[in-house]
Amino acid sequence: MRRTKKWHRAAVTAVLVLTAALLSGCGEQLIVMNPKGPIGESQKDLILIASALCAVVLIPVLGLTAFIVWRYRDRKGTKASYRPNWSHSTVMETVWWGIPIVIIAVLAVVTAKYTYALEPSKPIASQQKAITIQASSLDWKWLFTYPDQGIASVNVLHIPVGVPVRFELTSDGPMNSFWIPQLGGQMYTMSGMAMTLYLQADEAGVYFGSGANFSGEHFADMKFNVDATSQTDFNRWVNEVKRTSPALTEAGFEQLSKPGTTQPLVYSSFPDGLFSKIVSKYAAGHSHGQSEPGMKGMNGMDGGSGTDMKDMDMKDMDMGGMDMSSHQMNGRQAEAGTSGHASH
Amino acid sequence: MLDHIKQFASEFFVTGDPLILGAQVSIALATVAVVFVLTYFHKWGWLWREWLTSVDHKRIGIMYIICSLLMLFRGGVDALLMRLQLAVPNAHFLEPEHYNQIFTTHGVIMILFMAMPLMFGLFNVVVPLQIGARDVAYPFLNSLSFWMFFWGAMLFNVSFIIGGSPDAGWLSYPPLSELSHSPGIGQNFYIWGIQISGIGSLATGINFIVTILKMRAPGMKLMKMPMFSWSVLASCVAIIFAFPILTVTLALLFLDRFLGAHFFTLASGGNPMMYINLIWMWGHPEVYIVVLPAFGVFSDVVATFAKKKLFGYKSMVFAMMSISIMSFFTWLHHFFTMGTGADVNVFFAITTMIIAIPTGVKIFNWLFTMFRGRITFSTPMMWTVAFIPCFVVGGMTGVLLSVAPADFQFHNSYFLIAHFHQVLIGGVVFGYFAGLYYWWPKIFGFKLNEHLGKWAFWFWNIGFYVCFMPQYFLGLMGMTRRTYTYDFDMGWGPLNLISTIGGFLMGLAFLFQVWQIAHSIKFMQRDTTGDPWNGRTLEWSIPSPAPLYNFAVLPQVEATDDWWETKEKLAAGEKPKPQGPIEPIHMPKNSAIPFVKSTLWFFAGFGFVWDWLWLAIPAMIGIGICMLARSFSYDTDYYIPVDEIRQTEAKMRRATV
Amino acid sequence: MAHAHAAASEHVHDDHHGHHEHDGHHDQESLKLFGFWIFLITDCILFGTLFATYVVLRNSTAGGPEAHELFEMPGVIAETFILLTSSFTSGLAVLSMHQGSKRGLIGWLAVTAVLGASFVGLEVTEFVKMVTVEHATIATSGFLSGFFVLVGTHGLHVSVGLIWMTALMIQIGRRGITSVTTRKVGVISLYWHFLDVVWIFVFTVVYLMGVM
Repeated sequence: MRRTKKWHRAAVTAVLVLTAALLSGCGEQLIVMNPKGPIGESQKDLILIASALCAVVLIPVLGLTAFIVWRYRDRKGTKASYRPNWSHSTVMETVWWGIPIVIIAVLAVVTAKYTYALEPSKPIASQQKAITIQASSLDWKWLFTYPDQGIASVNVLHIPVGVPVRFELTSDGPMNSFWIPQLGGQMYTMSGMAMTLYLQADEAGVYFGSGANFSGEHFADMKFNVDATSQTDFNRWVNEVKRTSPALTEAGFEQLSKPGTTQPLVYSSFPDGLFSKIVSKYAAGHSHGQSEPGMKGMNGMDGGSGTDMKDMDMKDMDMGGMDMSSHQMNGRQAEAGTSGHASH
Repeated sequence: MLDHIKQFASEFFVTGDPLILGAQVSIALATVAVVFVLTYFHKWGWLWREWLTSVDHKRIGIMYIICSLLMLFRGGVDALLMRLQLAVPNAHFLEPEHYNQIFTTHGVIMILFMAMPLMFGLFNVVVPLQIGARDVAYPFLNSLSFWMFFWGAMLFNVSFIIGGSPDAGWLSYPPLSELSHSPGIGQNFYIWGIQISGIGSLATGINFIVTILKMRAPGMKLMKMPMFSWSVLASCVAIIFAFPILTVTLALLFLDRFLGAHFFTLASGGNPMMYINLIWMWGHPEVYIVVLPAFGVFSDVVATFAKKKLFGYKSMVFAMMSISIMSFFTWLHHFFTMGTGADVNVFFAITTMIIAIPTGVKIFNWLFTMFRGRITFSTPMMWTVAFIPCFVVGGMTGVLLSVAPADFQFHNSYFLIAHFHQVLIGGVVFGYFAGLYYWWPKIFGFKLNEHLGKWAFWFWNIGFYVCFMPQYFLGLMGMTRRTYTYDFDMGWGPLNLISTIGGFLMGLAFLFQVWQIAHSIKFMQRDTTGDPWNGRTLEWSIPSPAPLYNFAVLPQVEATDDWWETKEKLAAGEKPKPQGPIEPIHMPKNSAIPFVKSTLWFFAGFGFVWDWLWLAIPAMIGIGICMLARSFSYDTDYYIPVDEIRQTEAKMRRATV
Repeated sequence: MAHAHAAASEHVHDDHHGHHEHDGHHDQESLKLFGFWIFLITDCILFGTLFATYVVLRNSTAGGPEAHELFEMPGVIAETFILLTSSFTSGLAVLSMHQGSKRGLIGWLAVTAVLGASFVGLEVTEFVKMVTVEHATIATSGFLSGFFVLVGTHGLHVSVGLIWMTALMIQIGRRGITSVTTRKVGVISLYWHFLDVVWIFVFTVVYLMGVM
């Protein structure tokens, strides 16, 4: 069966050729691999490091497969050895338990390092003071409010180049995901909590952004352009919006949050504390707005139930409990009372 | 009155879509045709006696496989509809809501109603034969499992023509799946269809654990058990730990919808994120549940066709069991982007990567089973050889996804879609096809046509790469999953078109397989040996198809590949093993209870879906009566007398002692 | 880890000769008991999941009534003692069975069933009072959803056990103590003890921690 091996070769070559073609021809279009900001840059490096580590195993294995299949196929007059009962070799098995362990260990260290470095809520080190933008996913559009500038926009985003942007993310309804591939990775927008994501654009340009998590019928229309311009141009845009655009009123927001799609819009102002209102609308209803202490109690609880669950052989469940509570704790300013980021 | 009926019918039946109308008409016609054929040929009694009430594991396995292939067709049609919609930018072939229903049903059907039953079908037709048992531990429960699956699948599928399909994604995250955002009844079909068949899956898990631990032939120690049976054990261990979580999760979602509870709602203290945690605590083990038996199939196939002992048996067992256990500690990698903090993400990234180690070891063991072997390329082996590069690449992209910060860029994109299709098709589907081709002669007594099988194989493989390789790049271009259309200016058009072509090549491959099965039934020669591949394990030591009781005399096992060793000894001129005398064989009686009870479950589910308590409550009471009826029946088994066994054996032309 | 344990102890079958009625049954009965142990593992996970959801939601009262306002401990303590006692009496039933006393077996099972029924009765009364007097229903808050479903699932298990036990008493009355009925009594007493253990967790996690 020559064809099998040929096919492997053909497949590998095809994939490589396709890759090469894509990377050269449409390199521009592979936006994840063509980042324009420090976070995306690091993530691209990480993807390349991880791919290289994987290739260390992948390429020999593919080669070995082709070789073995070719060499030991059953044909007349074959010279290859045949040892039907040879089924164990401590040395060899140690080698292929060992190699993956080493590679995974290296990858684990790299991953850990990058995970802490790229923790989305970690501020980007910069001379510039970060600008805060609040993004809320509605059905089926994005609302951006600029608390420092006092303006708002829908399905269009303007940011200054070279300035860290502190995105605060929430959702007015089903979960979505805020993703601007060329600036960096995505983050879920969830009702009842405000997540923080730092991104920065280093080059002027228009970047593609979208809601990456399915949130119902028209979620595919939740796209927006990110216009990264110089600080001067950004300020000019802000002033122009303030001068020429209508205000977003409470009633206007009601209208906006109804399910539907829309063109990009801009507003010269928005109701006070709109973002924290959206967050607190769904914040978990602890009767007395317990925050940290209540949470700690909850962890203690989990420890307690953890022990009994271990008896029932249910470590995973207990992990689940722990995880969810820590998740609530990490939902920064998840509690209505503690979100001190209303507009000034 | 007439207006009332009209009003009801318009709510009851899905209307206004030519595609669905076509399906409704063809389903109605097919039903009429089936009823006509059965009546005309007087086959109702035969169907009832020989199949519907059967507790024979071999028949149950065959029914599982038939259903699974039907579901593969249905899920495949869904897939092709999606690929058509995405073939060009701004297509208006499907409306967004329809598209959402299709990707939801595609996911559910392929995982739960195609992969799971095909897997259970293989469990059933192979495991008892392979470990030298006369049936599974609980034949009655086995029948119940099948019918629960069957009616669960039917309930889910009927949503497509009655009442409307679910459209909140295959895992139905709240609040999208809550009443607030899915007021229709599609979501109820999702909950009850999966719930009913899930109970069946759980019972199967228990059944096969006991079968493997307690029913092995004398002398077959666990470490002498064929690798497929080991993989079934590993998979079933994961089933019994994972499926109760699914049962609870779906029940809670149903209570949210039915009684207005607040487990996962946005309002009144519900916690949607809890659902995502719970569903993945089941969902992640679930993907290992379906892939482990495929690993078992590859192990058996590769040893048979390389004519060589499986390399590194102990490593394989250890790797399989560790994958089964580790699969419970990785669920959070499905939502690294939830912002649970770096500590949690690091933990789950590392646990996910660790699973790659035993998986990698298995790949090497398969390779070195072929090393110094003599490989013949029959269809089962071709699927196995094609699996290795495909699964290795898919596994590697999985490792890339496990790198948490990189996953911020891959998550929810077509990169992820390409990854899981590559491991699910390249691993699970290829594996089950290999198993189906390999054990087909054991099940039915004739081989499948190799020539057509090779056509199918090449179309599947080429189609697969053409379809899914471009999707990795689409993901890197920023295309998100579940998006029903896209603009010209994104530049996603050409790759999507290529991908669609690949999808249709796979569809063509499936047609070849249908043709192949039809052709083989008509023209293939009967296999009289019972051992067409020169197999190594016990199932090949008896005639095909196996007699009702499988083994006239239970085999005495001495070695890992016992049948192979026996053949070697016979060839070397040794005397055959002395067999014990034939004794009366204790067998379970057929029972109508599983079929009736599961049908009642269907009605109960249907009642709950529509909020018709007048239907649901009597059906639930009927289920209780069925359970009591079973409890009160003491006459559940019989003995096959020695004469009858001798006659059967003689008919199968085998020398009996 | 029941399965790991079973896997560790290499299980080798006896090579049976001279199968007769009794042997075939005997094998089957031990097999069914083993299967029931595995079923109990799955039930453990089911309850574990419900406990986990309850613990996550226990503070999500959404302005509705809270645990310490709602739970009345005297009734709950009575429930606990009744169920513990019923576990004891089901043990006595098994003892009578081993002594071969059909009457003792049915008698103690009846006592167990009566105790179980009064437990369910108390629980239903408690629920009804919550719903009607306190207006605390499953739809009030996440906390109450978790509470009703966790405690209700346990109650449902007990109720199913009662029906099962009644059916079993009839069967024993008709057939006496055979290998089959012996296994069935073994299974149901196992189930009953299991529900008792679950109740101890319910009592601790839901009620004690609720009022503390």
